[in-house]
Amino acid sequence: MGTPAYDVSHLIGGGVLLLSFVMLYQRRIGAVINSFAVQGALLACAAAWQGWVQSAPELYLTALIAFSAKAVAIPLALRLLVGRLGLHKAVETSLGIGASLAAAIGLVGLSVLVVLPVTAGGATPLARVDLTIALSVVLLGMLAMIARRNAISQVIGLLTLENGLILAAVGVAGMPLVVELSTAALVLMVALVAAVVVFQIRDRLDTLDTHVLDRQRGDA
Amino acid sequence: MLTVLLSTLAALVLLALAAPWLAGRAPASALVHGGSAAAGAVFALLGLWALAAGPSEAMDLPFGTSFGPLGVALDGLSAWFLLLLGIAALCASLFGLAHEARAPARVLVAYPLFLAGMALTLVAADGVTLLLGFEAMSLASWVLVAHDHGNAGNRRAAQLYLVFAALAAVCLVPALGLLAGPGGDLSFAAIRESPPQGWQAALILALVVAGAGAKAGLVPLHAWLPLAHPAAPSHVSALMSAAMTKVALYVAARLLLDLGGPAQPVWWGVPLVALGAASAVLGALRANLEDEGKTLLACSTIENVGLVAVGLGLAACFRAADLGALAALAAGAALLHALNHAVFKTLLFLGMGEVAHGAASRRLDRLGGLIHPMPWTAACVLVGACAAASLPPLSGFAGEWLLLQALIAAWRVGDLTVQMLVLVATAMVALAAAMAAAAMVRMFGLIFLGRPRTPRAAGGHDGPLLSRMSLLVPAVLTVLLGLLPGPMLALGAEAQRLLTGEAMEGRAGFAVVAVGDGAAAYWPVGAALLLAVALLAVWALVKRPAASEPDRGPAWDCGFAAAPQHLPFGDPLTQPSAAGMGQPLRRMLGNPMLSVTESVTMPEPGTTAPARIEMGFRDPSFALLLAPLAALRDAVVIRTERLRDLSIRQCLMLPFAALVALLVLIAWLEGGA
Repeated sequence: MGTPAYDVSHLIGGGVLLLSFVMLYQRRIGAVINSFAVQGALLACAAAWQGWVQSAPELYLTALIAFSAKAVAIPLALRLLVGRLGLHKAVETSLGIGASLAAAIGLVGLSVLVVLPVTAGGATPLARVDLTIALSVVLLGMLAMIARRNAISQVIGLLTLENGLILAAVGVAGMPLVVELSTAALVLMVALVAAVVVFQIRDRLDTLDTHVLDRQRGDA
Repeated sequence: MLTVLLSTLAALVLLALAAPWLAGRAPASALVHGGSAAAGAVFALLGLWALAAGPSEAMDLPFGTSFGPLGVALDGLSAWFLLLLGIAALCASLFGLAHEARAPARVLVAYPLFLAGMALTLVAADGVTLLLGFEAMSLASWVLVAHDHGNAGNRRAAQLYLVFAALAAVCLVPALGLLAGPGGDLSFAAIRESPPQGWQAALILALVVAGAGAKAGLVPLHAWLPLAHPAAPSHVSALMSAAMTKVALYVAARLLLDLGGPAQPVWWGVPLVALGAASAVLGALRANLEDEGKTLLACSTIENVGLVAVGLGLAACFRAADLGALAALAAGAALLHALNHAVFKTLLFLGMGEVAHGAASRRLDRLGGLIHPMPWTAACVLVGACAAASLPPLSGFAGEWLLLQALIAAWRVGDLTVQMLVLVATAMVALAAAMAAAAMVRMFGLIFLGRPRTPRAAGGHDGPLLSRMSLLVPAVLTVLLGLLPGPMLALGAEAQRLLTGEAMEGRAGFAVVAVGDGAAAYWPVGAALLLAVALLAVWALVKRPAASEPDRGPAWDCGFAAAPQHLPFGDPLTQPSAAGMGQPLRRMLGNPMLSVTESVTMPEPGTTAPARIEMGFRDPSFALLLAPLAALRDAVVIRTERLRDLSIRQCLMLPFAALVALLVLIAWLEGGA
């Protein structure tokens, strides 16, 4: 404890988690996209820092990919999307801001309670804290998907969830790059599909509020 | 020894795999049934050998599961049941060889798998192997029950059968999970080291009694038996009734008495005694009322399974009360009766199959007088029926006599509740034995005696040599086992010791079986000699003054007018019918146990319509157990259908909530540890 390596990675991880909270209380879609971009940049920092600490050069590649995709490409694409679709700038929430923040705090507490005792045996303190934060980010991503009605915010929730997975992957020494790349590719594909669906929904229904979909179910 | 056994199992599986390619060609059935007969002979010989030469070392199969290696072993208890399975399989396969030449592929595939599953269950040395064998047995026998699925009744029977098979699995899997030794070790050796205690023991008892009882046909989980047996081919119903129910009883004995450990309390055996006595009475009563041959035999199986269960339960009670000698007596009675029942019930089911082939019906009201056209079958079925009616010196008597002796001695268990229960159970078992005898008299009389009730029954004929052999082998064994209960009990000493810690040593001699010092004893050979002398004397007395050739005259038809021309065998109404012979017992005991209905419809005065009397009965398990369960299933289905109406967010929320709940569970478990 107390070594610079530990402190810095703790700091970056905390930052990623903080941005997840930020995303939960934003009311404007532009702000949500911005915070997602910042989170992607922080994730790239975390990967680079881990690459330096673990002397694992392939993590620099991960950092590069994370930065270019998460901090630059995807937010830009989302902004373009929002502009082209002329979306309402306000985000409709289905769960109140206060309630979702309270739930988020509960989820962070839960992941601390789960990860710390489970990894009490062998893992290094660094990996334990890292896993705790990563699990929290994953849970908050899922919460964001549930708490928002807008399809774009739901896609961002899914991508946040993937950020958490990458954070866990870079934090554990010896995790091969293949895993990260394939996870990232998988989630990107999901995001692609989601984007197509978003366009389809808008073309057909003139709104991105997924609540409207309930009326369109074939089996009802 | 185990190598031979495992190669036989592998050969059976290969036979099943080869059957679809061979099916449709002439030798397919011969190969499958011949191979199964050979496998049955191997099982019986291996069982005998292991009983005589002592248990073999346990062996691990070369492949395993994530729970550990699959192990097999052949100890005294396994060997006893393997012997029983081998005899039943040998006779049933011979019958199949004689009569099932055009069996469809689904029967040819499932039949060897059914055999292999039963054998694997018996020789399993750990929980996973036991379950694998048990489920293979269940599924293969389901295919066999459903083989004639064109008939709606058979489809319904197969459906019900599958539900009960699933219930058995649902109960046995968690029971084995609870039994597991330290670190989740499922091998029997590890389970013996750490017997269950407290609420876990009670839960295991309930689950095993329900799981094994559903497969064995213990009341109230017996509803499938009278439906499934008539649906399956005759040789398969012989195997199901003789061997499969015993395999289920073996599982109960193994899990509760052997693996449950000797330190269980007195109530450990009470559920088996109570359910067994109820099964015995209900099965015997229904056997007196059914008018379909195989259904009747299936009900008789319920009765006998109940008797064996009473013996096992008593053994557990005695062992808990430190009455080792009596525990060995009860366990010996249960094991002996299981073996004897397997042999004579194989004989009776195959005999019924022979009747169905020869006289083209199994309905008692369409048969009659078959003793003349089918003398072989009649003689063999007579032996089996006498054994089922527990007449000395045949095999059914020894086991039931020992069981009654154990029941009579059960007051020595100090607990008042157990004493009262055993008092009632004794009366019920005695009642069941008497009713079983009545059922056998009714069955044999209606099928083989009297005059043919239909022209087709008059044209019956014995089967070919092979099927006569398949009846003769169990008939001879029934006589032999009846004469030699002492040596069989001595052979099964290892099995009794596994179940109760003691054996009937010194009490089971060659010619005599004694209950205890100075108590009652049974000389089977002496009884047989006395009976033979008495019968010879009667025969000589009757024969001496009589003419050398019997005079055959028309049967007296109670003074009725001569039968009309269109009824060449006499008016069937002048003979007792199946319903008529069951009438007294139905009126005496039918209510409230079977909710008998009886109604008489009189025609209006002046009309020529006949008066009608309509009778029927319903098994209480349908109204009290199956109907509420079906209602519960419908309610659950309607609830789960609502899941389809959830919105996207609610759909997302479900897995999220499940994930959070699992994480909370982990946190709670880790916090507690």
